[in-house]
Amino acid sequence: MSDWETVIGLEVHCELRTETKLFCGCRNAFGDEPNTNICPTCLGLPGSLPVLNRAAVEFAMRIGTALHCEVRPSIFHRKNYFYPDMPKDYQISQYDEPLNVNGWLELPDGTRVGIERAHLEEDTGKTTHVGTSGRIHGADFSLVDYNRAGVPLVEIVSRPDIRSADQAKSYVAELRGILVATGASDGKMEEGSLRVDANVSVHRAGEPFGTRAEIKNLNSLRSLGRAIDYETRRQVALLEDGGTVVQETRHWNEDEGRTSSLRTKEEAYDYRYFPEPDLVPLDPPVAWKDNVRASLPVLPAERRHRLAELVGMAPADVSLLVELDLDRLVGDAISVGADPRIAVNRAANEVAAAPERAAALDPTAFAALTRMEADGRLTATQAKAVLAEVIASGGDPQAIADAHGYAPADSGLVEAAVDTAIADDEAAWARYVGGEDKVAGLFVGKVMKATGGKADGKAVTALLQSKRAAATGQAH
Amino acid sequence: MAVPISRDDVAHVARLARLDVTDEELDRFTAQLAAVLEYASDVASLDTAGVPPTAHPLELLNVLREDVPVASLDRDEVLAAAPAVVDGRFRVPKILGEAP
Amino acid sequence: MTAAAIAADVRAGRRTAESIVEDALGLVAARDGDVHAFLHVDTEGAIAAARAVDARVARGEEPGPLAGVPLALKDNLCTRGIPTTCGSRILEGWRPPYTATAVERLLACGAVPLGKTNLDEFAMGSSTENSAFGPTRNPRNPARVPGGSSGGSAAAVAAGFAPIALGTDTGGSIRQPAALCGVVGVKPTYGAVSRYGLIAFASSLDQIGPFATNVADAAAVLEAMAGPDPRDSTSWPEPFAPLDVRADVSGLRVGVVRELMGEGIAADVAARAAEAADALSAAGAKVDEVSVPGARYALSAYYLIAPAEASSNLARYDGVRYGLRVERDDITTTYGATRAAGFGAEVKRRIMLGTYALSAGYYDAYYGQAQRARTLLIRDFAAAYERFDVLLTPTTPTTAFELGARTADPLSMYLSDVCTVPSNLAGHPAMTVPFGTGADGLPIGVQVLAPALGERVMFRVAATLEEVAPR
Repeated sequence: MSDWETVIGLEVHCELRTETKLFCGCRNAFGDEPNTNICPTCLGLPGSLPVLNRAAVEFAMRIGTALHCEVRPSIFHRKNYFYPDMPKDYQISQYDEPLNVNGWLELPDGTRVGIERAHLEEDTGKTTHVGTSGRIHGADFSLVDYNRAGVPLVEIVSRPDIRSADQAKSYVAELRGILVATGASDGKMEEGSLRVDANVSVHRAGEPFGTRAEIKNLNSLRSLGRAIDYETRRQVALLEDGGTVVQETRHWNEDEGRTSSLRTKEEAYDYRYFPEPDLVPLDPPVAWKDNVRASLPVLPAERRHRLAELVGMAPADVSLLVELDLDRLVGDAISVGADPRIAVNRAANEVAAAPERAAALDPTAFAALTRMEADGRLTATQAKAVLAEVIASGGDPQAIADAHGYAPADSGLVEAAVDTAIADDEAAWARYVGGEDKVAGLFVGKVMKATGGKADGKAVTALLQSKRAAATGQAH
Repeated sequence: MAVPISRDDVAHVARLARLDVTDEELDRFTAQLAAVLEYASDVASLDTAGVPPTAHPLELLNVLREDVPVASLDRDEVLAAAPAVVDGRFRVPKILGEAP
Repeated sequence: MTAAAIAADVRAGRRTAESIVEDALGLVAARDGDVHAFLHVDTEGAIAAARAVDARVARGEEPGPLAGVPLALKDNLCTRGIPTTCGSRILEGWRPPYTATAVERLLACGAVPLGKTNLDEFAMGSSTENSAFGPTRNPRNPARVPGGSSGGSAAAVAAGFAPIALGTDTGGSIRQPAALCGVVGVKPTYGAVSRYGLIAFASSLDQIGPFATNVADAAAVLEAMAGPDPRDSTSWPEPFAPLDVRADVSGLRVGVVRELMGEGIAADVAARAAEAADALSAAGAKVDEVSVPGARYALSAYYLIAPAEASSNLARYDGVRYGLRVERDDITTTYGATRAAGFGAEVKRRIMLGTYALSAGYYDAYYGQAQRARTLLIRDFAAAYERFDVLLTPTTPTTAFELGARTADPLSMYLSDVCTVPSNLAGHPAMTVPFGTGADGLPIGVQVLAPALGERVMFRVAATLEEVAPR
């Protein structure tokens, strides 16, 4: 098994947050009564014509720019096929002259994944299958709602640069963060505004890429990961058994935890693409492209890099903070003197536990608190307690510390408490001296109790270690 | 280049176009379509090297619409014209496969 | 009466629109049984519209330049609440929930629509024999076709049912029937008239245009409906320039297209075209011969491009949302059975031909090559228009043929379009003016072609031809 490599490419469809549909003025809204947001154009009535939504183009350009794509002149094509959710029985999409090409994104761990293209296309209506299982097979009839037909989508196609299920999940999470940052999407996979299809193949190291299968019906990151793992095992087993992988579309079944073939009689379907005669070419002027670039916010990867540089850590190590939108807080706190390491630590743990309060947390107070801990004026435990209060109800950290009587314990008292704890339990002390480091926790607990919580746990541990070293005559 | 269109070709495009055809129609259409394609073969032999295709007779670019909602159609009027409706949605006979 | 005269009378209060439309409806009732120009006569709607015009006149409000003028509308134009069939069983009984822009504009000008006229199914044909609801007969000779696909509209005007009518022209479907019926027919520059509400046949070729008994009326109708439409991305964004129907061609350079005067054109038709050229020369134009080599393969390119676009445009007729449904157990067999039952043979042929021309492995050789040939034709026209202001050709190769004469051989029917398709491919305006009769006494039309947005000069030449035409 270990000489097999998995190759993954992902296609993500992103619904754009425009007011209206891609080619008509019907509302782009989720959850309305069926067939209430329809007009001749999105219903495909005879004689209707499409007219392109400027805001959709703007969002598509923002996405392309955020993904480091070349934003180029483009045209629309018709993709012809019959299906009840298709009002015209062709979809207006982009084919070999798409809007955005040749980009990339950077994962938190620093890996770059190539983006082949990101193009505009219209969404289909929604079909509900009515029958015993609610699935297509076994249905008696189906019902179609065209509210979603014509909603603008940007389809983002990655290069097959992804090598594991975890990396795939990381890619989708990063892409979602970018899409939300551009304002183009609300990023809600559960609501279907972000849809992922995975192309998976396996090959032995050193050999060419294998035949890929496309997997659909992935409604969460968890499904994505599970499906890739399943499909990898399936393909490896098949190949090791002497079989061949068929290029096909497979459906992920969440309940059963497996993919199954959706293959119909027609293999590679002939979509008969041709340039859409009802639309004219799109060639965004340089000023528009410049404006898009200038108006994008700082994107997640850049935010990671900036914070990493500020705190002297690797971008991967600060990715959680960026994901939780806490980098601004930490950056602001550091700019008013916070201890970087402690600020990162507290933000990633205590502040992250109460994300809804984070926005109200005063960076100056936070910074002051980290300095109190860094200087040793508060133990870690005490600092956490003060922080919890500041998060919950604001206030000045020093005042809160004073009110609680927080101060580090007198070092003489601490040492005396350590000696007492050792004397009280010689058996445990012998085990600790003998090398059982875990026993230290027992002594730390006793000392904390004896000093009313004012001892610094780390200092006590250091004291125990030096006593042990002295007892054994070894340097630590 | 001009391969006359075969009966299988016609059957294939009829399927692609979701048009049921009888055997008699297949025979007749094959002969008629072959005649048209034969006639059109003069276009095939034109030297068009380096000539771009014309998708639009006009040379327009960037025709865009503002993102402002416009009144939708009345659902009842639309559904009144539909062959089959259930609960405000278009009812269709069972769909046997996923979209291609 | 001309449309101009009717409108003048109504606007001045000399006649009511209601009395005019009642006369028109009476004539239709009496005579259309023989002609079959109309598929649907909207008696109630017509009278209501006429009364509304009269009410505006009575209130002293502007009733519009076409006030009270009866109008016939080809049945591939959407008219809200009124059956719109495209001459097809697949849309039998369908009532659109909206009205085409061009029609709306004419209504706003006070025109009174009498009803919907017959056509070749989905505008595919040159004789109106492909209608699912029976053919239309040429008012000049009932054994002959009126031409197509807008045969009903041409016949309605030729028979005197309405002074003006709308048709659509994709490969000649206004001009050819106008010529065969002896009336004026105009295909505007592509994009001059909005296609919103025109049920598409071939999107890069289709245009709506007027039929009339005279050039001035045709100009008035075109002016009333042309101009930018935000609902049509391919509509020309500049306001449509006012037309000029003075019969003045002094100094204009007229090119007679060599490729469309010889082989394939009947002798009597070519003779009339030559006569027209001489007449223009006598009227002060500089007339000479010109070669447009692309005209030779334009028909072939057209019969690859138009069916290809049509095969996609007609996919929506699938029995799901509107129109005919022949229900079977599953959706795929329902599609197949519905479309088999709903479409006639010519439509099926073109859908299959078009599907083939776009299909994998054939796209480049057929559709792609045809679109490149189209570019060559446009270049040939551009070269011609460097030396000439307008071009002149016969409108059709022959006079009206007999009903049934060409139905057995589709290719023979397609040849009717040889003079007209070049303008559609180029997106240029062209119009036909009656110019005498043929050996069989049937009307002959002469075609004036102009460069894109060249309607102004085109109409001047047409007005001159009208003035000097043999009766």
